[in-house]
Amino acid sequence: MIDLERRKALKTGGSLGLLGIFATAGLVHSGIAWAERKASAFEAKSLGEALDALGVVIPENSVSILLTAPEIAENGAFVPITVTSNLSHTEQISILVEKNPNTLAANFVLPEGTEGFITTRIKMGQTDTVIALVKADGKFYRASREVRVTIGGCG
Amino acid sequence: MANPMKIRATAKEGVTEVRILMQHEMETGRRKDDAGNLVPAWYITGVTVRHKDRVVLEGQFGTAVSKNPYLVFRFKGGIPGEKVSVKWADNKGDSRLDEAEIVQ
Repeated sequence: MIDLERRKALKTGGSLGLLGIFATAGLVHSGIAWAERKASAFEAKSLGEALDALGVVIPENSVSILLTAPEIAENGAFVPITVTSNLSHTEQISILVEKNPNTLAANFVLPEGTEGFITTRIKMGQTDTVIALVKADGKFYRASREVRVTIGGCG
Repeated sequence: MANPMKIRATAKEGVTEVRILMQHEMETGRRKDDAGNLVPAWYITGVTVRHKDRVVLEGQFGTAVSKNPYLVFRFKGGIPGEKVSVKWADNKGDSRLDEAEIVQ
């Protein structure tokens, strides 16, 4: 069971290990295209579950994705996030927060003609890794950044 | 009925930048009120932005989007005077549709 193997890797990997897997694997797999909101993805309680629900195996780290977030967020209830994707045919941008009660914060479907750019504000419960997941030309890529949170905003 | 959104759409060099501020509590379902009771989850689940009749952005939210959600994005095209409409829907079945004219 490939899926179980991967889950095991994710579970034993921990936070840093997970990033290590992401960085070294370089494996890209595109799942089902979806424009409908996937409730299961928003209910996912871990990064592994969220990626499964989004139909992503392991997204490739990409320098073409710029994830802008504050280094220190004083108020976790309002953390400004900007994702800029310079990948051609960017069709979807998702924002995930690894340790939030529900990992997936928001997902944006960008039709042809809409630029690979989104700014929004999200809640973060604690100091954590924010991940921008970008689907471009049918493949998934990611960029991540740690945000230190002074006061959590998931109450 | 939900409160109106603030929408600003600015056309510049063939690209329209849209800024949206929605008014919504975005309750996570984890917060307790003063009496110690859990406040039920109440949040926007989806946002659709149209330029004339064409969808230019489809946003799907979880509970981790901040109170009074704020969005900025850009699409190619758009001429001052044309309309951009934004519609959101929440998990309680409420929805809100507002539109704005593109300005220079």
